[in-house]
Amino acid sequence: MSAARPPRALAGLFVWRLKGAGTRHIPCPFLHLYRAANDRLITFQYFNFLKRMYVTQHNRDLSQRAKPKSDPVVSPFHELQQLDQEKKVIHKISPVSPAHQPWPETSGRHELREVKSPAETEATAVRAEPREDRQWKEMKLRLDELPGILARLSKIKLTALVVSTASAGFAMAPVPFDLPCFLLASLGTGLASCAANSINQFFEVPFDSNMNRTKNRPLVRGQISPLLAVCFAASCGVPGIALLTLGVNPLTGALGAFNIFLYTCCYTPMKRMSIANTWVGAVVGAIPPVMGWTAATGTLDAGALLLGGILYSWQFPHFNALSWGLREDYSRGGYCMMSVTHPGLCRRVALRHCLALIGLSAVAPVLDITTWTFPIISLPINLYISYLGFRFYRDADRSSSRKLFFCSLWHLPMLLLVMFTCKKSALEKEDKGDLLGKGESHGRAVEIRLP
Amino acid sequence: MAAVPLLLLLRAGGSCRRHRRLLTASSSSSCSAGGGRAAERGERPDSAGLGFSPPAHSHNDWIGPPDKHSNLRPVIFYVPPEESPLERRLREARQEAQACNQRFWARHNCAFRQEKEEFIYSRLKAKGLEMRDEKGQKATLNAEEMADFYKDFLSKNFRKHMQYNRDWYKRNFTITFLMGQVALARALRWLRWKKKNVER
Repeated sequence: MSAARPPRALAGLFVWRLKGAGTRHIPCPFLHLYRAANDRLITFQYFNFLKRMYVTQHNRDLSQRAKPKSDPVVSPFHELQQLDQEKKVIHKISPVSPAHQPWPETSGRHELREVKSPAETEATAVRAEPREDRQWKEMKLRLDELPGILARLSKIKLTALVVSTASAGFAMAPVPFDLPCFLLASLGTGLASCAANSINQFFEVPFDSNMNRTKNRPLVRGQISPLLAVCFAASCGVPGIALLTLGVNPLTGALGAFNIFLYTCCYTPMKRMSIANTWVGAVVGAIPPVMGWTAATGTLDAGALLLGGILYSWQFPHFNALSWGLREDYSRGGYCMMSVTHPGLCRRVALRHCLALIGLSAVAPVLDITTWTFPIISLPINLYISYLGFRFYRDADRSSSRKLFFCSLWHLPMLLLVMFTCKKSALEKEDKGDLLGKGESHGRAVEIRLP
Repeated sequence: MAAVPLLLLLRAGGSCRRHRRLLTASSSSSCSAGGGRAAERGERPDSAGLGFSPPAHSHNDWIGPPDKHSNLRPVIFYVPPEESPLERRLREARQEAQACNQRFWARHNCAFRQEKEEFIYSRLKAKGLEMRDEKGQKATLNAEEMADFYKDFLSKNFRKHMQYNRDWYKRNFTITFLMGQVALARALRWLRWKKKNVER
């Protein structure tokens, strides 16, 4: 990943609320995300609200295969290689010809390439990386490479996404928009996310080495020492939580600290112990919008829990669909995932939570977070993802899992966008209150509208 | 007739078995504590087997391409001429962890590949198909058929993974803690040296 290129999700990451004009800017990050979903340069990580990185890259090939490294020279392992050259093997590291993998299942449109680095999908990068990979490198920290290394260590794109869900939570809170608080909350959440991701990578070095998507991480490649990774995590986490606790409010700080703990000390080890890790991971993904809400309001009320609930439910179709294509890697790597051990449960849970999204969207106006237009406008996209969830449940094959996964990528930003545009304005609520109270004159209401 | 696919199978597993014999035999599946080799001062003990020698002037460790079987990157550790006991403990801990990880993953990945081949063979046989079709291409099973194998393999190796995890976490923490101690010691040494220079 080049340090020079700024993550796209960071562009335009703010929400304005102009009181007087009553106009609303559509949050830019969601448009970016939507556009980016169609861009094949985006990686899966870009849309992953879970801090789980053992899923494959968004390169239209969601499967991984165990295979010995191909030798440029014919070796005694030649037989083994021949036997392993199944039609479906994707990785053919050959500096001479571009990576070309026949994939009988997909249509001609989806020209598949094994992507070596998390960020670069251009042909030159694909060809150059394997050559670099074969060389011995000095384990010396180069300062000019450090920003890029730290960005990859902290999974900066994923962090940006986490921050955008937190800002969605902040934006949905029914209080006047407070810019300094918003910025502090976003920064604090971002730092906490960086810390958690770094510790996760620190714990998982040998496992990451064995999975194709994660094998180019800084710790795996020896570009940074474990000590430095831990120091970086501490230097992000401590100021981040301190910022949230002191600069925003203690509740948000506590949630941030709890989320770091949940992710690094519960979810990461649990991935290798029990399938319950998926549920823990869903909670991890659900907490950032709750943090955004509590940063704005200072209280953990029903609206926060609803937003958290929507994110929680979304994780399941998203992750379960994705994990369907990674069963071989999980099995070999020793990861306990539903898709491997309880495939029926995997599909049932995905469908269940797709349907739950419809229900949760309907609860939003009841809690006065949005108007009733929200469940109506969001119904088509919720029904569509539920339909794909049903197809996945019934067919249980690669194509249905892929369709569900790709749908989830645009479904969430769209849902949050629609939610924001249908947000019940404070003015409406005040008017409602006036009407109910029957105490105030119309003039008073007009006064409130003036900036 | 059945001997042909059997032969192929044997050859498939052969390279892995050969490799396993070359590795230090350890009966337990988890990493057993092996003594680190006493390194000669100023020499790099591990470079011989890896086909690479770092340049003599370099004072850093060198990391290589991923291993064929274990997918782990081997490291050749630099032994400084005045290596303190603490630094030596750190280096030996890292060497031990590297050897242990290499053993585990090479064996594990080989076992996976072998068992996968055996599974495919048995399933194809049950279906009445040969390992290779008319065009000479290897016959495969689709993902749904392989799912049984993946589930089975994961549950069979669960305990092995639990042991390895515990081992790995312990080693990782120890190494990082030692790194911290070494860094602190070096920093203090540097400060003392600076102070001495300033006083002069």
